[in-house]
Amino acid sequence: MGAEVVILGGGVGGTIAANLVAKQTQGRAHVTLVDATGIHVYQPGFLYVAIGQEQPAALQRPESQLLRHDVSLAVDRAMRVDPAAHTVSLESGRKLRYDKLLLATGSRTMMGEVPGALGAYDFYTMAGAKRLFKALEAFKQGTIVIGVAGIPYKCPPAPVEFAFLLDDYLRARGIRDKTEVKLLSPLNRAFTIEATSKLVQPILAERGIELTGFFNVESVDPVARTVTSLEGETMGYDLLILVPPHRGQEVIEKSGLGDERGWVPVDKNTLKHTQFADIWAVGDTTSIPISKSGSVAHYEATVAAAEIAAEVKGEAPPAHVYDGKVMCFLETGQGKATTIRFDYDHPPVSPAPARRWHWAKALFNKTYWHTVPQGRLP
Amino acid sequence: MSAIQIDKTIDARGMACPGPLMNLIGAIRQGQLGQVFEVLSSDEGSKTDIPAWVAKAKHELVEVVQDGDYAHFVVRKAR
Repeated sequence: MGAEVVILGGGVGGTIAANLVAKQTQGRAHVTLVDATGIHVYQPGFLYVAIGQEQPAALQRPESQLLRHDVSLAVDRAMRVDPAAHTVSLESGRKLRYDKLLLATGSRTMMGEVPGALGAYDFYTMAGAKRLFKALEAFKQGTIVIGVAGIPYKCPPAPVEFAFLLDDYLRARGIRDKTEVKLLSPLNRAFTIEATSKLVQPILAERGIELTGFFNVESVDPVARTVTSLEGETMGYDLLILVPPHRGQEVIEKSGLGDERGWVPVDKNTLKHTQFADIWAVGDTTSIPISKSGSVAHYEATVAAAEIAAEVKGEAPPAHVYDGKVMCFLETGQGKATTIRFDYDHPPVSPAPARRWHWAKALFNKTYWHTVPQGRLP
Repeated sequence: MSAIQIDKTIDARGMACPGPLMNLIGAIRQGQLGQVFEVLSSDEGSKTDIPAWVAKAKHELVEVVQDGDYAHFVVRKAR
């Protein structure tokens, strides 16, 4: 009997790790991936669904098609982990025993935590993106406000990117001159990263997108159509788009594996749980103060998989640890994009926006299904 | 460091993004009035960002202490 490796979550991190652990242990481990829906969703595409440039069906595939044949898929919901007994209880009543456990459950969005915000639009879930697209199609004129209602949230540059794509969308519809677009940033610049903010702020100004800094959304008055910040400012809107607050999954909170928001504390290099020797976490799931993004989940999954495989085989831990690498694309509208790259030791750099980065992003989005989940990209 | 009771420490050393300030804002949002938060940051930008946000949001910057290659920022949630 080989070791039992259980992976919770069939997103980018969990899927890569499942495939790599199975490959690297060469029959010495039995890998089971547990996912509540059995459907793998490419979340970076939500942004495009919201402006009608992508079909929802193109962003989803059955998880079973992305896993190696020697990985078992359990379409079931993980309800509770018992780290002392090394078991995971599933909604169906099934109980899985594990020798090594990887938590890749990601984050969930909690719009209801913001008073008055339940009717606000978002592009952080498939349902939210579809609903926003309908609202934009019906929109004729007025003020569109884009704000951030909780930190941390997935993909820090997404609100800026959405503002640029929205500007393009409104111009194409011929209603840009009747629409004010306001971007509310949690910081005193467009976005977390200073170098990239310096690059995009002049472009925001050029497109007539009004930036308000240090505006962390605290509450919404849907009757008066106003949004108020943690810092004490109030702003009116006709259509409000919010980045909802995020938190870890219920199974993490119920099992006592995370902090007060359900984020799992792990070593920032090895991704091993700070309290439990046989548990790792990757991606949005962790409390590491680094971007919650697909690229982080991707790089972390390759490290966690190698660590788990080495332990299963009784080998020394791999020399390569997670170095804080983040890489993302940022659309700047009008067919151009830039990239953002950094790690724990190197500050972020972004090249001048160019068409080739827009095409690189589009190509990545299309080829994702055949490269990333399988662990074919480093 | 002076003898201030710290309720929560955020070790953001070596982190460029989402950044020490974002972690502080998240902690303050979740925190209770009067609680004291300490942020450890090696990011040079924190020296301007954190005091600027604390002033704008009307909280209290209790102290900033440089400790080798990083700084401690101590902030009290004031409203």
